[in-house]
Order: sequence, then C-alpha cells, then structure tokens
Amino acid sequence: MSTQTTAQSPEAADTSAPGITSPRKRVARGHGRLLTRRDRVTLALMAGVPTVLHVVLVWLTALASIALAFTTWDGIGFDSIKWVGLENFKELFSNNPQFWPAVEHNVIWFVVLILVPTPLGLFLAVQLDKRIRFSRVYQTAFFLPVVVSLAVTGFVWQLVYNPDTGLINSIIGANRPGHYIDWIGDPDLNLWAILVAASWRHTGYMMILYLAGLKGVDPSLREASALDGANEWQTFRNVVFPTLRPTNTVVLVVTVIEALRAFDLVFVFNKGAQGTELLSILVTNNIIGESSRIGYGSAIAVVLLVISLVVIIPYLVATFRKERRT
Amino acid sequence: MSTGTATAAPGRRRPPVRPARILLHAFLVVTALAWLAPLLWAVFAALRPYAETTTKGYVSWPDRLTLDNFTNAFEQSDMTHYFGNTLLIAVPAVLLTLLLSSMVAFYVSRFDFRLNLFLLLVFTAGNLLPQQVIITPLYRLYLLVDLPGITASGKLYDSALGLVLIHVAFQSGFCAFVLSNYMRMLPHELTEAALVDGASVWRMYAQIVLPLCKPAMAALATLLSIWIYNDFFWAIVLISTGENMPITSALNNLSGQYFTDPNLVAAGALLTAIPTLIVYFALQRQFVSGLTLGATKG
Repeated sequence: MSTQTTAQSPEAADTSAPGITSPRKRVARGHGRLLTRRDRVTLALMAGVPTVLHVVLVWLTALASIALAFTTWDGIGFDSIKWVGLENFKELFSNNPQFWPAVEHNVIWFVVLILVPTPLGLFLAVQLDKRIRFSRVYQTAFFLPVVVSLAVTGFVWQLVYNPDTGLINSIIGANRPGHYIDWIGDPDLNLWAILVAASWRHTGYMMILYLAGLKGVDPSLREASALDGANEWQTFRNVVFPTLRPTNTVVLVVTVIEALRAFDLVFVFNKGAQGTELLSILVTNNIIGESSRIGYGSAIAVVLLVISLVVIIPYLVATFRKERRT
Repeated sequence: MSTGTATAAPGRRRPPVRPARILLHAFLVVTALAWLAPLLWAVFAALRPYAETTTKGYVSWPDRLTLDNFTNAFEQSDMTHYFGNTLLIAVPAVLLTLLLSSMVAFYVSRFDFRLNLFLLLVFTAGNLLPQQVIITPLYRLYLLVDLPGITASGKLYDSALGLVLIHVAFQSGFCAFVLSNYMRMLPHELTEAALVDGASVWRMYAQIVLPLCKPAMAALATLLSIWIYNDFFWAIVLISTGENMPITSALNNLSGQYFTDPNLVAAGALLTAIPTLIVYFALQRQFVSGLTLGATKG
C-alpha cells in the first residue's frame, strides 16, 4: 500500500522533466507572449539544466533504490541483476538482528528530540523574545552548536564521555579500573549519551525557528490579552502558541527529517555498533562495509524513503495549497 | 505580566529592572554557560600538554597552557591539504547552486505559473529526503561514469567533481524554493517594462532580477557555505582515497592516524570548526535569516 504512494511522487517528478525543457508550448501566460525564439531557448536551458541535474541525481536514484530493492546484484555488470521479488524485505523484517533495533532507535531519536530539545528551544525563544538585554549574546551561545559540524560535535562530546579521560567520569570518579562507566561502548547507555549531544544541537535550531515565528506574532494580540488580565502563561498558551501553528508544523517536519537523517554523530561515536544502530547506518554499512549487498541495502533505503514521504508529502501539499491561495 | 508591561509601555525603551528579570538573566547565564561547556572543555583540553594531563588528570588546575597541540595537529596531519580539498569542493558548489537555483526560481516566478508549484514541489521534496535513500544507486552511478582525463580517478567516484554535483543537485531544492518566494515579491512591472523595451530574457535575469535578490543570495550563500563545509556523509561514501577527503570527513581518519591523544583530537576538531565559526560570527544575521527564510514561509 504504502509503496504505491512512494512510487507515485518520484514518477510524477520524472515526467515533469520534458515539460520543462520545452516551455515553448507552455509559456502562454506571464511574459510569454513577448518572447523571441532566442529567449525561449534561453529559458528552456535556464529551467532545464538544473531540473535535469536534480531529477537525475536525486529522483532517478530514489527510483533506482526502489527498483534495486527487489533484486540482488553484486555490482559487477548489469547481467548479474536478478529479480527476487520481496525476498530482501522478507529477510530484512524477519532475519536481520539489526533492523528492528535500528527502527526502534530512529523512533526513540525522534521522540527524544520532540519531547526535550524542542520545548526547551521554544522556552528559550519565548524568554529571548522579551525585550531583554544581551539577547543576542545568549542567542549566539545557544545557536553555536548548530553551526559546528556534527563530526566536530561528535569529537567534542567524546572528550566529555571518554571513560578514561572524559569530563564526566573524571568528575564522578568513574575513570578508575573497576569503576568505569563506558558511555560510548555500553549498548544500554550509548544511544542516550549520543542523544544528549543531538539534543544539545537541536535546541538551538528550534530556538531560532521559534524566534522567527514569535517575531511574526502581532504585538497587539498580547496587549489585548494583558489588558484582559491574563498572566504571562495564559497569554502564551491561549494567544501566542496558537498563532505559532505554522512554525510548529515546520518544527515537526524538521524534527522528523533530522531523526531519519541521524548519521554523522553515531558514525563518529562508534560507527553504529551495538546499541546505536540506525537505518541510515545500516544502509551505509551495505555500501562501504565488508558485505556490499546492493539489493538488500536498497530495501532498507526504501523503508527510510517510505517513512520520510509519509511526512514530506502531506507537509508539502499543505504548504503549496496555501501558496496557491495567496 | 512582564510581557504586558513591556509591550504596553512602548514609550519607554526598557522596562525597569525587576526581580523576575534578574532571575531570568541568572537562568539564561547559567544555561548559556552549560551550553558552551562542552566546547570550552575541548578548548581547555587542547591547550594543555599531554604529559601534564596524564600525570595530573584532565580535571585539574593547569600548570601550563600552550598552543602546541594546535600547531602539532595542524602540521602533523597536513591540514592545509584538506582545507584545500574543501575549498575546491565548497566554492564551486556554492556558486553553482546559487546560479542554477536562481535560474529555476527566475523561470518559475516570472514565466510559468502552472509549472511553478509542481516544479518547486519536486525540488523541495528532493531536498527533504534523507541522503541515505539515494546513496546506494548514486554510489553505483558514480562508479559507472567514466571520465578519463577529467577527474584524477577517471570516474565521478572519488572526485571533487562528483561531490560538487551532488551538493548542487541536493541543495538547489531549498535554494530554488527560497529564491522563488523572494522573486515573486518583486513587482511584475519591473520585468514587464524591460521586456517591452526589447531586453532579452537573460538581461532581465542578470541585470534586473539578480541584483534585487542580493540579500536573499547573501543569506543563502552563508548558509550553503556552512552546510557544505560541514558535510560529512557524502564524502565518507563517495570518496575512497583519504587524501581526497574534505576536512570535515578527513577528521575521522586523522583522529586515528595522527591525533593520538585526546588533547590532539580536541585541537584538531577545534581547528576544523574555526572556519565555520568565523563565517558565523561575521555573517550571523545572514545565516539566521537564511535559515528562517525557508522555514517561516511554510
């Protein structure tokens, strides 16, 4: 069922290419009537070249992922591609000890991000949106982790978590043999340790999005609410928060995507060893790892694609429907 | 309450200092310091000689703070080379992304209203996909494309060109969306008049529309530079020779080979972060506005 919806969008995307590369028939409205032949060629190139590049490298490869998911292929010559139907998915769902933990970890990743750093980012944004001294300085501090690459973030947090030399174990005295707390190696701990680092980054990101949203809240609404005798919390809950709805949608989508894309931090920490498996890591291990199973890796990618399209498509449809109205 | 007084008295620039405000500042200072703590800890570790930290432990009062770890990390791992790699990838990628996405945005915002939404939908949806969805076929495609004489590897795989192309294809989605929204705000008469005067489409784009988009382009350029500089995933998969990696991805190899102790790792990681920090501090406003340009629209 869901694979059908998946296939629709990329196919539709693909058929758009010829329409764009020959705008001659289509540019009837707008400035179209005044165009010379040379202008039309220029326009065709201007719209066509970027579209072809994008469609070939992003959408055709996404389609190829879907197609390859139903095959086995060793990557040597096209002759060796064999159709196996749902075999890859069967094996994935029933026979891969890493798959369900990975799904679970991706879900946990999302739940943690939406429950901890997102509300915290909103809270900080609300505080910093008050006319407060040094607001910019605070903003810079909270936003700094978003600017630094995730790879660097991974290394910085390893200095905090290292069992021998790290900040935490040094402070609580767990850096002696026999007392070790292995934040990175222990499969019961490492996901949470990484999630602290991920949340550290996500908070600043959410804060900036909410700050932008709050700038759009009509100040007279707040005044009216204050005149009616509402306290700060009541004003926020009944007046400000409802008007932040568009921002909340963006935040939700961004958080889902971030949870699905999660890769760099885990790769730097422990390459997705036990306890930190993620779908993105499994896909990648099937490419650069020892066992290069193309069809199988694609099947995991398809799972990832389906989940992301379930979120992306309704969001974009809603967004663009609104645009059309304006 | 406090918001009420603040906004209800617009004549006064700042509300009088109240206990609630002081409490808020205290909270924000503590939280901000906590937020900076991991980075400051890395700076602290990087400034201390390894010999001292092995004997005294990492949580201890420093006898000596030096920049030796930074110079060692920089020289031993030949970081200049990897910064060069990044430059070779990021500069063309940012420029090409801006050029291509502004052309698409120009087309959809000025000429074709029916295709407009659909085209933008394709670009934006593509930009939101997790990279891992497309990486397996992309990796195979890059291995299949032979470019003898054009790239050092003779293929798209393991080449700067390959990375530039995927960055451009992936990022142009977001940029086209932002720029087309921006261009639609420009008055239509502007280009209409130029067209009536016989200006070519290219002149309209290059001499009328583009100069007006400077603020949006500056914001996007800042954002793209940092994103592409920070990219880790594409290079890890699409580059096989360690020598060819851009700095962010090279960090992973270097940390095992050259950065043998935590102090050196800290110094190496911080050195890698410096260019992004410089760009961020110099162009903070552009960066933030670029990030929220796309988001607030939604």
